Amino acid sequence: MSWLLVYPIVIPMMTAVASYLFRKSPAGRWISLAGTTLLLFASCLLMSDVLDQGVIAAQMSNWDAPFGITLVADLLSGVMVVITAITGLATVVYSFGEIPKRLEQLGFHALLQVLLVGVCGAFLTGDLFNLYVWFEVMLIASFGLLVLGGSREQLDGGIKYVTLNLISTIMFLTGIGLLYGITGTLNMADLHLAVREVENTGLLTAIAVMFMVAFGVKAAMFPLFFWLPASYHTPPVAVSAIFAGLLTKVGVYSLMRTFTLIFDQDIAFTHSILLWLAVITMITGVLGAAAMNDFRRILSFHIISQIGYMILGLALYTPLGLMGAVFYLVHHIIVKANLFFVAGVAKRIAGSTELSRIGGLYAHAPVLAFLFLIPAFSLAGFPPLSGFWAKFIVVKAALDLDMWVVAGIGLAVGLLTIFSMTKIWGAAFWPDHPDGIKPRLSDIPMGHRMALMLPIVALAALTCIIGLFPEPFVQFAERAAGQLLDPSVYIQTVLGVQP
Amino acid sequence: MELLLAVTIGILVATSVYMMLDRNVLRFLFGLVLLSNAVNLVIFAAGRLTVGAPPLIADGAYAPDGPIANALPQALVLTAIVIGFGLLAFALALVYRTYMSLGTVNSDEMRIAEPEEAKK
Repeated sequence: MSWLLVYPIVIPMMTAVASYLFRKSPAGRWISLAGTTLLLFASCLLMSDVLDQGVIAAQMSNWDAPFGITLVADLLSGVMVVITAITGLATVVYSFGEIPKRLEQLGFHALLQVLLVGVCGAFLTGDLFNLYVWFEVMLIASFGLLVLGGSREQLDGGIKYVTLNLISTIMFLTGIGLLYGITGTLNMADLHLAVREVENTGLLTAIAVMFMVAFGVKAAMFPLFFWLPASYHTPPVAVSAIFAGLLTKVGVYSLMRTFTLIFDQDIAFTHSILLWLAVITMITGVLGAAAMNDFRRILSFHIISQIGYMILGLALYTPLGLMGAVFYLVHHIIVKANLFFVAGVAKRIAGSTELSRIGGLYAHAPVLAFLFLIPAFSLAGFPPLSGFWAKFIVVKAALDLDMWVVAGIGLAVGLLTIFSMTKIWGAAFWPDHPDGIKPRLSDIPMGHRMALMLPIVALAALTCIIGLFPEPFVQFAERAAGQLLDPSVYIQTVLGVQP
Repeated sequence: MELLLAVTIGILVATSVYMMLDRNVLRFLFGLVLLSNAVNLVIFAAGRLTVGAPPLIADGAYAPDGPIANALPQALVLTAIVIGFGLLAFALALVYRTYMSLGTVNSDEMRIAEPEEAKK
């Protein structure tokens, strides 16, 4: 029984309670900051243990698997928890400069911490029903954060976000019920063994598609993504950033987990559906972004197109493909949250996120312009930034399977990504501000400026580090992909028997 | 018994899909309530139905005597009911707030967050 697996869930939970109790005083936000720092520390400890041992597992309340709830961390879970803590910390620091007192008093920090509880729980659990519960924890916190403050846009976007996500939840629950009905177990490692004894494989494939739809909604896969561009540009920037960074990735993570560990029976069928959906997701996302004229709405559509690359890596189902998916997942969380942070600062000094109503950022805030270029180029896949390696591995994996069309589309979508980044650059940074405002960073009070810029600089530095020294990260992704494709260690650690 | 449950689930799902196709968000939510109840029944039925054999262990014994009903689906359904209740309560409150603030429950008229492009 390793306590390290429990800390990433318990720490934010305690922080949520404490910061709710102190929500009326400035102490609340400092508690939130301290709690998230502690979470980062705990997740790094967990990661070093996972790197040492490969997979670690803990049986809750000492009920042996498959009867109790198991927490498991393999390399993928471990790195996702670390990246969650990093994004969480960046968001808390950023919120110091952005979130007004009124929202803090409504419980912003408590909701943010509950969101982190749900996300960490989803990454660490080894039980399908427990995964559903963590999804719900995450979902209810995200509902609260999305409509916190209650502006008209937020309520409008909130309705679409809430209703479509509820449908996905119900779909997920149905899938769990039916899967339990034919296998008699909910433990994911045990399911890996149990599905091999199911005679009616057609039924199993039907259930697999149910999971695909459920997680597809969460991951914003084509044609299930409509809630995302409807809502992600409405809440405060700190909230959009953590949503954009983390929430869809939980969907992608769940797809990767279930479609390597449980539903690997009929790969020719399920994974070719995933493959073509991934390709269409990439194209629709990037074309949607090209049609938008708002900083945050362009970025929202880009989330969708990038999700396509990750699912493509999973759908190829080769060591290289999964390795690309893992690398992409980590890279994308950092870059996307950072772009939203930049959009928030641009809004603060230039007054809007609508591209036609802002400008002059290059002339008057060159630091911000430079910090925009790093994640923007990384997103588009320029060497030597992290996005280049991510795209390179996924495209290489497609080429290795002689999928020329898929690889070509992957490259073309990268080109279109540059187009819409250029569009932002050409409207928000290059020309003068239409109202003659000079948007300077020094207009923001010192304390707020530090809080806003610190996470942007830190995440941009992280992108550069991954891009310039990719070797350890690539090796890590390779190991993680190996564990996904050959789950024997995972199963042995959870069940304690040789599969 | 299984047949009865299966037919009930089918009717519930059909009704809820019909309601969820409505533009009125409130009707959509009622459909969602029905659907979540249908799913609870699915889980219950998936755990196999056993008549008249409560999962009780006699005093002093460590294992039940003979076959008993599966208690796990009921625990799952209970959890799902509680979670579903919370989410739907939130969703209803959200619809109410939206109605107060936007003055409509017609999803076609909700275009504040995604305004239509200005006509040229």
